Amino acid sequence: MNESLLRELVPTVISILVRRGADFAAAEDAVQDALIEAVRVWQDDPPRDPKGWLVTVAWRKFLDAARADTSRRHREVRVETEPEPGQSEAADDTLQLYFLCAHPSLTPASAVALTLRAVGGLTTRQIAQAYLVPEATMAQRISRAKRTVSSVRFNQPGDVATVLRVLYLVFNEGYSGDVDLAAEAIRLTRQLAARTHHEEVAGLLALMLLHHARRPARTAPDGNLVPLAEQDRGLWDTRLIAEGVDVLQAALARDRLGEFQAQAAVAALHADALTAEETDWVQIVEWYDELVRLTGSPVARLNRAVAVGEADGPRAGLAALAELDPSLPRHTAAAAYLHERDGDLVTAARFYAEAARSASSLPERDHLTRQAARLNAKLRG
Amino acid sequence: MGCREPARGSVPAVNTGHNGPYRTKENTMAKYLLLKHYRGAPAAVNDVPMDQWTPEELTAHIQYMRDFAARLEDTGEFVDGQALSPEGTFVRYDGEGRPPVTDGPFAETKDLIAGWMVIDVDTYERALELAAELSAAPGAGGKPIHEWLEVRPFLAEPPTVTE
Repeated sequence: MNESLLRELVPTVISILVRRGADFAAAEDAVQDALIEAVRVWQDDPPRDPKGWLVTVAWRKFLDAARADTSRRHREVRVETEPEPGQSEAADDTLQLYFLCAHPSLTPASAVALTLRAVGGLTTRQIAQAYLVPEATMAQRISRAKRTVSSVRFNQPGDVATVLRVLYLVFNEGYSGDVDLAAEAIRLTRQLAARTHHEEVAGLLALMLLHHARRPARTAPDGNLVPLAEQDRGLWDTRLIAEGVDVLQAALARDRLGEFQAQAAVAALHADALTAEETDWVQIVEWYDELVRLTGSPVARLNRAVAVGEADGPRAGLAALAELDPSLPRHTAAAAYLHERDGDLVTAARFYAEAARSASSLPERDHLTRQAARLNAKLRG
Repeated sequence: MGCREPARGSVPAVNTGHNGPYRTKENTMAKYLLLKHYRGAPAAVNDVPMDQWTPEELTAHIQYMRDFAARLEDTGEFVDGQALSPEGTFVRYDGEGRPPVTDGPFAETKDLIAGWMVIDVDTYERALELAAELSAAPGAGGKPIHEWLEVRPFLAEPPTVTE
């Protein structure tokens, strides 16, 4: 059994322990302990019923911990030691677990860490490596998060929007370390989509699939960022694109548009173009209009201005850009691009250099510096 | 496009709040370097050299720094912290087959780093808050040093969704 199949069982097993009377924090710890044992034991002796095995072992771990805790505090164990496996064990509380881990009382970082551990089944060490912090720091973040939600009732209905935000954050963090966070975010969103019929869950899943499809083309072998227009579209994963488009179309057909569906629609239009020149920028501008209407987000307005530059020419794009706050992220980079398209290489080179100085990531800074250097070399003749 | 019912309540807000300089990514946490200078920073308010402090004041200062790091570990915001010796040497390549050229230490160089702490926090404001707390470490007379610390954002991973 591979690791991701094992991890898929984690939320179900935690839920079963909670239904038997364990509190969430203790159940979560017990399941993590059981996972470690599973990794050790299953290699040589795989169980016929992996879920049953995990439940049994996790429950034993929970009881051991509860007894140790009790003898420390001189209290009685109140949970039943020999639960009757009943109908309740068949119910799937995974959705409740998503809500709990994305509870509004948690900071985004805590919600992300807790979701990756309790819903994703990742170890603290894996999460720490992915976010480049010491394991002890991540362990504290997770245990504080558990304390924060300790008074939340498990069966309380939650807000899908908060869950989507957490999953989006995991996806957008990209790839660092051994754990592929983008792939993990897709797995968790798929799992969520299978349990709810919310259009925006489908929208987010489509968005992720469509962006993930481009990943092989997004970075050159030397590690340089490759902008969308220059990507080798033959490297795009057509299977993921087809799936993303299907998921999106089914969601849009239900006529309840939301931010993620609109963003996915933009991604789908890019995916649909065989070459950058064939991109349907007019439709993309329309989707950005929807996105701006839905969110009022300045970032959406900035992306819209760039799309306007493609649809109606760089002057129109620059005019749209001029209406926005110049301190917006990527405003200067967008201006540089549009000035270059407009033939004003001197201004473009200056803006690219300026944008490089304010880039928030190394690949972006390198990319923008190269753009400035390319134009300056051209200007020198 | 047609006329659609937007599901307004379900739209997560895109983070557009001011996150400090050059923060462009809607992500969870950001790392900052808190830099402490031997030289090169503006003068502290309580600017008495450490060798003029009483031993008790030194002990209190060191304890404060340790407690600060421990507290950050407890809140899940600590990444790394190191102190540096003031002895620094400049080194440069001097051509094929030749040993590196060294120079210094330069008594008059403008900037001298004393140490750093790396934190991983939710917001830029939190980074400033923690730096200010560190700057309040007790010095001469048991009073806060009010030392100037430099806060520098890390360059992060590029986001996946950019358009």
